[in-house]
Amino acid sequence: MSADQTQLAFDWSCRIMSDNGCGFPAPGLHSFLFQPIFTVAGFEFNKVMLLALIATGVVVTFFTLAFGKAKVVPGKLQLAAEAGYDFVRRGIVYETLGKKEGEKFVPLMVSLFFFIWIMNIWSVIPLAQFPVGSIIAYPAVLAAIVYLIWVPLTFKRHGFVGGWKNITGYDASLGPVKWLVSAIEFFSNLLVRPFTHAVRLFANMFAGHLMLVMFTVASWYLLNSWMIPAAGVSFAMTMAMIVFELFVQAVQAYVFVLLACSYLQGALAEHH
Amino acid sequence: MIDSMIQLAAGEEQNPLIPPGPELLVGTIAFAIVFFFFWKKLLPNINKVLEQRREAIEGGIEKAEAAQTEAQSVLEQYKAQLAEARHEAARLRQEAQEQGATLIAEMRAEGQRQREEIIAAGHAQIAADRKAASQSLRQDVGQLATTLAGKLVGESLEDHARQSRTIDRFLDELEEKAEAAR
Repeated sequence: MSADQTQLAFDWSCRIMSDNGCGFPAPGLHSFLFQPIFTVAGFEFNKVMLLALIATGVVVTFFTLAFGKAKVVPGKLQLAAEAGYDFVRRGIVYETLGKKEGEKFVPLMVSLFFFIWIMNIWSVIPLAQFPVGSIIAYPAVLAAIVYLIWVPLTFKRHGFVGGWKNITGYDASLGPVKWLVSAIEFFSNLLVRPFTHAVRLFANMFAGHLMLVMFTVASWYLLNSWMIPAAGVSFAMTMAMIVFELFVQAVQAYVFVLLACSYLQGALAEHH
Repeated sequence: MIDSMIQLAAGEEQNPLIPPGPELLVGTIAFAIVFFFFWKKLLPNINKVLEQRREAIEGGIEKAEAAQTEAQSVLEQYKAQLAEARHEAARLRQEAQEQGATLIAEMRAEGQRQREEIIAAGHAQIAADRKAASQSLRQDVGQLATTLAGKLVGESLEDHARQSRTIDRFLDELEEKAEAAR
């Protein structure tokens, strides 16, 4: 369905040492742009949006099947879903925030983890083959949600002055340096933090996708004349990169949630 | 088809760090749906089940613990009863032994006493018999001797008082001799 609208990043006719003289169609920023599948009232619906919505569908469907009619003695599906749930709940949230403080953030963190993970996994699924996270809008939305939770929470927990002290790391015992420290902390916590939070996920997915496209395109491009063995090498690299990307996708989902938890933990922590 | 797969023109490229508006909207909606399902439906569901499971496991453990405690107490009770019974048996045996010993001692003492009584009675009887015999013998011998001496010496010896003293003296002498001879 989406194959027609997808902007594959290369020209079929381009091959090394072919007589039409075209060079290697290297992937670039254009690999991350898609023509709309359809347009409704000026709203252009493209492949990445579709993938994001399918990711929602996959997560909701899987967990509805697993937890919809949860049993005390679990089936295989429920057991697998419980393992994933427990990984986020105990392994990330309870570890950083503790059981008492963390309990009410568990739904958010579980949603974040599985949503991001499935969005990332599209990178290596045939036909999809695009990590949703490599479009900055999606990580940005998620990072913004986390940001809009921990900043108000800081002030709610510590009051107005206490909240600013918490964010700026104000410490009277530092002497005159305290103003410099506070300025740096203010800059790093309040301004840079949401940006790095989003870009960390974005850049990993972006780079991963570039690598995959590069080796995939090269496999095709090199498949000519005596360069065919090189095409084989490139194809092997594509396979290796797929395995590596599977790893990176899970790690980045984990890191995103872990950072979200540690921001919340910082917001709740007593300042010294 | 091939046309549409050709990459977009370079002019359409934009800064990948500037998020396009429509994507922000779709991303928000997509995540909101996921969050809503987890928050309202799925996690409360599974948490309830996990709680039930925890309770089931803890309940089982508690039951097992209760059963073990009861078994322990019953065992101790049995042990106590057994020890008591042993103690009782030992006490009874001891008592019986003591009673037996006392009984035997009493019987022995009784037998001893009866034997001594019988012996004493025998001795007394013998002594009395002997006394009576010696009395009657003494009279008979005295009479005989008196009669004989009267016949020999005449009626003068009929004087009773003297006669009696003489006879007694004689018999005492005889007795002394007999004593000496023994």
